[in-house]
This record gives sequence, C-alpha cells and structure tokens, in this order.
Amino acid sequence: MTPFLIAAVVKIVLVVFLLLTGVAYMTWLERKVVGRIQNRWGPTRVGPFGLLQPLADGIKFILKEDMVPDSVHKGLYILAPALALTMSLISIAVIPFGENITVHGTTTPLQITGVTQTVGHPTDINIGLLIILGVTSIGVYGVALAGWSSNSKYALLGSLRASAQMISYELALGLSLVGVLILAGSFSLRHIVDSQSQTWFLGSINTHLPHWYIFPQVIAFFIYLMAAFAETNRIPFDLPEAETELVAGYHTEYSSMKFAMFFMAEYVNMITVGCIATLLFFGGWHGPLFGPPLLQSLLPIFWFSVKIFFFMFLYIWIRGTLPRFRYDQLMAFGWKVLLPLAIANIIVTSLIVAIWA
Amino acid sequence: MVHQVLFIIFALICVAGAVNLLLQRHPINSALSLVVVMGALALIYLLLGAEFVAAVQIIVYAGAIMVLFVFVIMLLNAGAEERSRGSHVALWVGGPGVAGLAGMIIYLMFRKDTHFNPVTVGNMVSPAQDNTHGIANLLFTRFLLPFEITSVLILIAIMGAVVLARRER
Repeated sequence: MTPFLIAAVVKIVLVVFLLLTGVAYMTWLERKVVGRIQNRWGPTRVGPFGLLQPLADGIKFILKEDMVPDSVHKGLYILAPALALTMSLISIAVIPFGENITVHGTTTPLQITGVTQTVGHPTDINIGLLIILGVTSIGVYGVALAGWSSNSKYALLGSLRASAQMISYELALGLSLVGVLILAGSFSLRHIVDSQSQTWFLGSINTHLPHWYIFPQVIAFFIYLMAAFAETNRIPFDLPEAETELVAGYHTEYSSMKFAMFFMAEYVNMITVGCIATLLFFGGWHGPLFGPPLLQSLLPIFWFSVKIFFFMFLYIWIRGTLPRFRYDQLMAFGWKVLLPLAIANIIVTSLIVAIWA
Repeated sequence: MVHQVLFIIFALICVAGAVNLLLQRHPINSALSLVVVMGALALIYLLLGAEFVAAVQIIVYAGAIMVLFVFVIMLLNAGAEERSRGSHVALWVGGPGVAGLAGMIIYLMFRKDTHFNPVTVGNMVSPAQDNTHGIANLLFTRFLLPFEITSVLILIAIMGAVVLARRER
C-alpha cells in the first residue's frame, strides 16, 4: 500500500510539473514561431533567446491587480476560471505515457491512474477516452459561466458563441474517434496504444508501415483535428475571443491570475488534444528502439513527446497561416460537413470490419 | 469500508445538490445544482462498478443536456424568480404523493422474487466480460426493440424541434 501511494504522489507531482512547464514554454514557442512567420524576432530580452520570458510573464500575472468589476455575479465569476483550469488539468490523469517503470522494486505504469497487476501487464480503466470526453464537456461550463457572470455584452456574446460552438463540434469530435475504437475494440487508452505496436500486413506481405490507425482512419484523423481546433477555441475557429469584434470574448472582464487561468486552460487543452491524437492515431509511445538499456527505457517517452510537439507546432503554424472563419460558416461547416463525414466514416469502417471478421 | 464512506459522501453531495436546486431563486444556480447532482450520481455508479454508465452520465447529462439548459437560461437572460407563498394543492397532494412513490421504490427494491430488481438486472451483465461489452451485447440482442424504439422517439423529438423552429416564409 505505502509504495503504491508514494508512487502515485510522485507521478502526480512530476506529471503536473512537466505539464505546467510545457504550457509555459508552449506560450514562448508560440510567440517565437509566430514572430518568425511574421518576420519578427519574438521575445528576445529576458534570458537567452527570451527563454525566461514565461517566468517573467508568470510573475507579471501574479503581481497585477486582481480586479472584480462591480456588477458581476460574484460566485460564478470566481468559479468559472477555476472550473476551466481544473477540468483541463484532470484529463492528463488518464493519459498513458509509456510502459511499466521499476524503481527500487516498485513497478508502476507511466500513467497517473494506471495500475500494475501483481503479474505482468499494466492495466487501466476501460473508459479512459470517455473520461477525457466527459471532462472536456464539463469544461464548457467554465467558458459559458465566465461570459454570463461578467455581466457584459461582449463577454456574453463570446460565451454564447463558445457554448454553441463547443457543443456542435463535440459531436463531430466524439464520432470521429469511433472508427479507431471499432478497430481497437476498447476504450482503454493503453489497450488502444498496445494494439498499434506491430506493423501493417497486406495479406501476408509485411509493409513495414507501423500499425498506426492514421493509415486506415485518415479521414477520421482530419475530422478529429478540425473538431479539436474548434473545441480548444483556436484559430481558425477562435470566434469566442475574436478580438476584432468582441474585445476579448468571454474573458474580457477578467484580469491578472484569473485571466491567466483561462489562458493556461486553453494551452493544457491543446496538449491534451495532442496527446489523444498521438495515442489514437500515431501509436502513442511506440517508435524505433535502439542503443543501451537506459536509452531504450527513455526512448518511448521521447517518441511520445516528439509526436505531441509535432501537434503543438501544427497549432502554431496554422495560427500563423489561416484567417478566422465567419460564424455562420463555422456552424455550417461543423453540422453539414464534419458531422455527416464522421458518420459516413463510422459506417464504412464498421462494414469493412464486419466483412473481414 | 472505503466504498461505504465514499458512498455516504457522494450521496450527501447528491441530496444537498437536489435540495439546493429547489431552494435557489436564480435559474442558473438551480441548473448548476442539477449538474452537481448528475456528477454525484455518476460517481455513485462508478462505485457500483458501472464505469460505462458513469461516463455516459457525465457526458450526456452533466455535459450535453445541462450545458443546453444553461445556454438557454443565458440566452433568455432569465432573472431571479419571485418566491410564492406555496399552494394548498402542493401541500395536500404532493406530500402523500412523495410518500407513496418513495414507498413503492423501497418495496420494489426489497422484493426478492421479482424479475426486475437491482440484483437481477445487474447480473445480466456477466462479470467475465467488461462493462462496456456487456451493455453493448444486451442492447443489441435482448433489448434491441426498446433501444430502437427509443431512438425513433428521439428522432421524432428532433423533427418536432425542426418543425417548430422553422421560419414561415
């Protein structure tokens, strides 16, 4: 019992620390890359290459005056950012980063909620993916309540847009993952990753392509990617905070650390999206292993991070490239294009699986 | 032991949320109390070992349906409600009605020989397979007809909403 508890606490502290550091440096990376895309330098003054900029930003956020406007609905105004950040942080608990790790005779899987049975393989709850979807759908309240409780027209418009957009795209998002679930036959993220460890066979010919679900589910992957961009309110779907029309959307009235909490929630959500895409479509931590034992045990985590980094870079790249949708275009695209396409993908996938079986 | 303690905690949260739902005067507070009730119920399902039902409870009820409730309240910008003095009908019909319903539920729970008590329903999902597979098997074999009828019912509701919302030209 005691080693189990210690392992759990160590894992939680480590993962949350890495996650928040990742979020901080994600903002640095975004400013740097967008800067280079627009032919600027980005942050350069604090530390070498502006590497200490996130630290300076953090100190600034904490030291700024925490204003609460007069006519807000106070309880919900304070609850909203806390809810948004909490819900985005919870999802990381079910995400597996790798196989077992053994330290001083205690074996534990690289996942906060994972359990190692006394003999053999690590297991996790069979609803990992559903927990992430559920927590994401609760996270909508943070955005919705923020706008409503601010008692300001721009904030309310922003949060109405955000709730409508997130409910609409949640459908396409959930349905796009069903194809992978049919192929893997499980909701457990660990099981889904394990089923991608081999290579694809065409009849009896080894194609040497990794058994990633991106290859049979390429349509589902792009539906997921677009729906996830809308879910995280990022360009080209960032209408809830469209600064040209709504000042700053749902967080117009928020200042200091409360604003920072919305900001962090958005970036944590982006990392979660990257994690799910990696786990479901790109084989999670699987990748070529070589070298001495120590390197071999570290490589899975390296591959996992590289794949997530790819998605983070994609987010920034698209932000630097695409303009914003119009609101009616956004809704029409979600309901008339992504949703039917996702349903068609499910039907075709299940037909093929049924014929093969 | 741990289960019992957790059950009591979540049951208390659930009942407190339900009472708060009735006592609050602002619709948005009531709606959020209902979200708390749904969440606590999901955790109780989880304690019972029904992890799939728990997740679906969160996604469908706490996530989708209640967000729509909150959305509508926000859109209509509904304000705090007046508190009425209470009606005699509610007092004379409601009290015995609640007692009768509670009695019926308790009776059904404790009836041993029945077809439909919690134990027999729980046993339909065999412990050998996991929860999700078990529910899927039951839904698409034994309970296929009710399942399909429910989906037709939802379809009718959707068509009704479209008819009502369509603008006359």
